[in-house]
Amino acid sequence: MARALWKGNEALAEAAIRAGVDAFFGYPITPQTELLEYMARRMPELGRVFLQAESEIAAINMVYGAACAGARAMTSSSSPGISLMQEGLSYIAGSEVPCVVVDIMRGGPGLGNIQPSQADYFQLTRSAGHGDFHPLVLAPATLQEAVDLMYASFDLAFRYRTIVIIAGDGALGQMMEPVEMPPMRPPAQDRPDWAVFGAKGRPPRAITSLYLDAEELEQVNQRLQAKLKVIAAGEQRWECYLTEDADYLVVAFGTVARIAKSAVRAARAMGVRAGLFRPISLWPYPSGMLGTLIAQMRGVLVVEMNAGQMLEDVRMAVCGRVPVRFLGRMGGVIPLPDEIAAEIVHMARTRQRGNGHGAQRLLQFKE
Amino acid sequence: METSIIISGFGGQGALFAGQVLAHAAMESGKEVTWIPSYGPEMRGGTAHCTVVIGDEPIGSPLVRNPHCVIAMNLPSVDKYEPLVAAGGRLLYDSSLVKRPLHRTDILGVAIPAHDIALRCGSQQLVNITMLGALVTLCPLVELAAVEQALRIHLPERHAELLRPNILALHAGAAYIREQRIATS
Repeated sequence: MARALWKGNEALAEAAIRAGVDAFFGYPITPQTELLEYMARRMPELGRVFLQAESEIAAINMVYGAACAGARAMTSSSSPGISLMQEGLSYIAGSEVPCVVVDIMRGGPGLGNIQPSQADYFQLTRSAGHGDFHPLVLAPATLQEAVDLMYASFDLAFRYRTIVIIAGDGALGQMMEPVEMPPMRPPAQDRPDWAVFGAKGRPPRAITSLYLDAEELEQVNQRLQAKLKVIAAGEQRWECYLTEDADYLVVAFGTVARIAKSAVRAARAMGVRAGLFRPISLWPYPSGMLGTLIAQMRGVLVVEMNAGQMLEDVRMAVCGRVPVRFLGRMGGVIPLPDEIAAEIVHMARTRQRGNGHGAQRLLQFKE
Repeated sequence: METSIIISGFGGQGALFAGQVLAHAAMESGKEVTWIPSYGPEMRGGTAHCTVVIGDEPIGSPLVRNPHCVIAMNLPSVDKYEPLVAAGGRLLYDSSLVKRPLHRTDILGVAIPAHDIALRCGSQQLVNITMLGALVTLCPLVELAAVEQALRIHLPERHAELLRPNILALHAGAAYIREQRIATS
């Protein structure tokens, strides 16, 4: 199929439709709204469900209900809306039903602004709701990757009966780029053998996250943890860019990672052998691959649009073996290639002067 | 090799649309391209701009600090981007509106009476496409014919009556560069 120029939010919506989404529930919020608007146009044309809820809380609970009935259900929002969805996400996780959520992150905390941010990293990977669970979190850097991950997300959600979150940011949602759309798949004909949709002719089923007996709930948790271990082992995704001969490694995800690619090229032009490690799955974090790469590196630079959240995952993988520096922009400010390149070159020069260990604790923020 | 272009003007002058037309033309010409708008508070009443990056390999950063080319359709855009254009780059500005001289000597400043040209083509709404015609004549980004084709396909249907004036403006902008014998590269 030919490439076409797509806007990020609309490309995500079309990819979900082609992946066979049955039902979309949502509430508008910038910079995600075009996704919802696209669904409002297209889903009724296809005879599928689009519903604008009265709030994000209602939307996620509608997703919960549709998911219990075995539908391919999804919602999308931006940071403050995801906060409102946390209770529902926890119920969905506790009930082990599949769904897909898109978070087009914006500046925070609070109402913040509508500019791009990555400050929901902890929220998405660590605390998408109360209780012990992790969603599968995927962070695309290009629109083609956003489409491909979106297209795969329902299969992943149903395979593991888990929440899949596509973690983008305002830049990904608003930008345009050529995309080759995957083929249209019809919505699934068969409902899964755990779904509830009327028990005529078979024994009734129940889906719940309520277990008043402590030992029973512990068993549920153990089953959930065992499943998360399988996901953690099998679903790590990453990209290595110019890492083979690299002395210095930049670690970044999403929009920042593609900006960092330009910075890595610029740093190489200035004589520093830099490479990029780009986690695509934020949970599970590709710690093993990063840990292996670290062995050959003289320094690591983590770049994020937040105060240093993925930084903690990098530090765990690095285990103090190499100095780790951090460059963070917050509040919707996007780091540009020249400032990342300058930081890479600075890291290399500092290291050569033998001050590397001092840099390990250096948390650097730009004004 | 990547070439970055920023198109900037008042909200409503069609800076974002001109960038989209350029992006479509680049993609149809087999190139890699990104388009990213300003969508924040500046959209509400102030200047609007977009960044287009065109290259032969997949684009890294869709944003740049120092663009190779800038189209500035008003004075605030000239004030903002004159200091930022990369050395050796090009700043195309609407000399019908911007009367001050440029300060930089290490960039090529190109004064285009785009407002006057647009009026002759039928509407002051055509400044954006007039400037785009000048840009692609001045810089070898995409063929003028590819931009015309992108306009034919992507001008919204509700503006169908503006297609002919837009194509007129595109060629008028291109003709101005050729007539002035501004060194193209």
